[in-house]
Amino acid sequence: MQYFLELSCSGLVRGSIYALIALGYTMVYGIIQLINFAHGEIYMIGAFIALIVAGVLTIYGFSGVSILILAGLIATVYAAAYGYTLEKIAYRPLRNAPRLSPLISAIGMSLFLQNYVLLAQTPDFLSFPSLIPDFDFMEPVAHIMGSAELVILVTSAVAMVALTVLIKYTRIGKAMRATQQDMTMARLVGVNVDNVISMTFVIGSVLAAIGGVLVGSYIGQINFYIGFMAGVKAFTAAVLGGIGNIPGAVLGAMVLGLAESFAAGYISSAYEDVFAFGVLVLILILRPSGLLGKAIKQKV
Amino acid sequence: MSDYMKRSFLVALWFVFLTFPLMVVKVNTLKNTVEWRWMNMLWVAIGAFVLSLLWRWAMERRQLKNKEAESGEEESARLGFGQRLLVEPKLYKPVLAVLFVATIAFPLLVDIYQTNIMVLALVFVVLGLGLNITVGLAGLLDLGYVAFFAVGAYTYGILNSFWGLGFWTCLPIGGLMGALFGIALGFPILRLRGDYLAIVTLGFGSIAKIVIENWEEVTNGAKGIAGIPRPGFFGADMSITSATTYTYYLMILMVIFTIFVTNRLKDSRIGRAWMALREDEIACVAMGVDMAKTKLGAYAFGAFWAGLVGVIFAARNTYINPNSFTFMESALVLSIVVMGGMGSIVGVIIAALVLILMPEYLRAFAEYRMLMFGAIMVLMMIFRPEGLIANVRRKYRGHKVMTEDVNA
Repeated sequence: MQYFLELSCSGLVRGSIYALIALGYTMVYGIIQLINFAHGEIYMIGAFIALIVAGVLTIYGFSGVSILILAGLIATVYAAAYGYTLEKIAYRPLRNAPRLSPLISAIGMSLFLQNYVLLAQTPDFLSFPSLIPDFDFMEPVAHIMGSAELVILVTSAVAMVALTVLIKYTRIGKAMRATQQDMTMARLVGVNVDNVISMTFVIGSVLAAIGGVLVGSYIGQINFYIGFMAGVKAFTAAVLGGIGNIPGAVLGAMVLGLAESFAAGYISSAYEDVFAFGVLVLILILRPSGLLGKAIKQKV
Repeated sequence: MSDYMKRSFLVALWFVFLTFPLMVVKVNTLKNTVEWRWMNMLWVAIGAFVLSLLWRWAMERRQLKNKEAESGEEESARLGFGQRLLVEPKLYKPVLAVLFVATIAFPLLVDIYQTNIMVLALVFVVLGLGLNITVGLAGLLDLGYVAFFAVGAYTYGILNSFWGLGFWTCLPIGGLMGALFGIALGFPILRLRGDYLAIVTLGFGSIAKIVIENWEEVTNGAKGIAGIPRPGFFGADMSITSATTYTYYLMILMVIFTIFVTNRLKDSRIGRAWMALREDEIACVAMGVDMAKTKLGAYAFGAFWAGLVGVIFAARNTYINPNSFTFMESALVLSIVVMGGMGSIVGVIIAALVLILMPEYLRAFAEYRMLMFGAIMVLMMIFRPEGLIANVRRKYRGHKVMTEDVNA
């Protein structure tokens, strides 16, 4: 029973990290139907910048929580800046290009960013300082859920609630929903579509960077390549939930995280990715447009 | 002009800000030391300024061109040189002749290293042509194409190491295995569309690699299979040099064979069905095309070439391990198809040669080559979104009136 709880907990932690990244994928896809392959790289850059800031601050004698907050803040600001620039350079000129062109551009950008970090920093794994402190009140349940895991769950829950509020109740959220439904019509009623798209990239990147900081501190080491697999998994999660659908992305991420965690715990950790994709294929066979995706009606 | 300068200056500032933590600061978390590399900041500033100027200039040119394209009406006069080359026999015949001589003479003129790289490039030409069937003709996005390539390579590797079967026996078996896996993969995803297809195929690609890595008894896991024999020639004993040259000519034949078959396929009944499916699935099915058969056919034909050429790849390397079959290879092949101009055979060949040979010859820039490779991919898409040579579609014209473009 305890093993089961441990696995569920680690599954949820994985799931919430996937969810943070998957939200960026799904929002971008919902608006411009682009699989933003470079999104995983933004997550990686977020983690790197947090590491660098934390390193510098440690040397200049800052302490515990203030480092976590400052590093997290600077990392999200930078990730947002990277996301914005990425869209401007690699995707905006391709707004009216054939559908596969932005995809190739995204793959190119992903390669570029990986190698940029590799050259500017290092090809080796860097050890990430454990920024999240151990709470005393977590002592009795520490064998099931550690403090870091609690922080990850709470932070991602807060981020997701904030995103929901942003999309439901603010002006820019309304504009985003309008653009998602019909870009031309949104333009006609005075929505600045270009700004909305930029904003979507910025929000997605912020969420990814939060994920990056949390994962770095949780796992304890990062390198330039972590973004790729995380990106693929997050994209899988987004598709699983029905791409373009925000609650779907979260649900998909949780399902994926739990499936992986149980597969690794009960069967074999070597094959956990096989189970992740197996779940994906199974669900897509039963529901071709994902868990929460709406079946697209075909008009003839 | 001063406006240009000002904006480029701002762009440079922005990039200095953007790259500051990664380019300038380098922390050593073990020794707790920081290294400040201020020189990098200068390079970024200068680089961003110059590139921004170039970028603005290129963008303006592109816009001018687009405007011209909109106002210009004479369609045929505007056909680019590349496309004219393909259509007019007067132009392409001599080019073809020169190309033929160059291909034959190539291994005699250069050393074995170059020939070997050329063989690899030709392998990717065939892969590109194969994926072109699935993606270019049938419009089914496939991000896990390399799985079939792996199937072919491992078919040869396993059959050879367990039962000692030779290259020529394994070649057709590899192709058939590829096709079989193509159909097996096609079945569950017949109902999926567009991007759902993309992620599922990506998943299959990763699964193939994981299975190869972990199924140690058969595939020898991450260690890979070594000592795979090169292609034989009636049992003749060959030195490495002549074996490589032989493989090269074999690959040339293979490419010609592939071009011949795919070209014929394109104009065949099933080829037309693929294109119809790509353009409009519902209309296509309504016209009586069997959707399941056509889609499975596209996967099977695409995968067949990957399997076939996988065998040759294994024979060329004499060693295979799972690392040759990652997502990067799938992305590379897909880039070849898209950059070549979806569905255009000549475009695919050029793109494959460029994309495979470029990193090899960029070795002068050693560590920067993958960086530049990524950047070139992005730039290519921005300045030539339809690919190197846009596919010229067959058009039917009326007798007197120039009919409207049917494909518009």
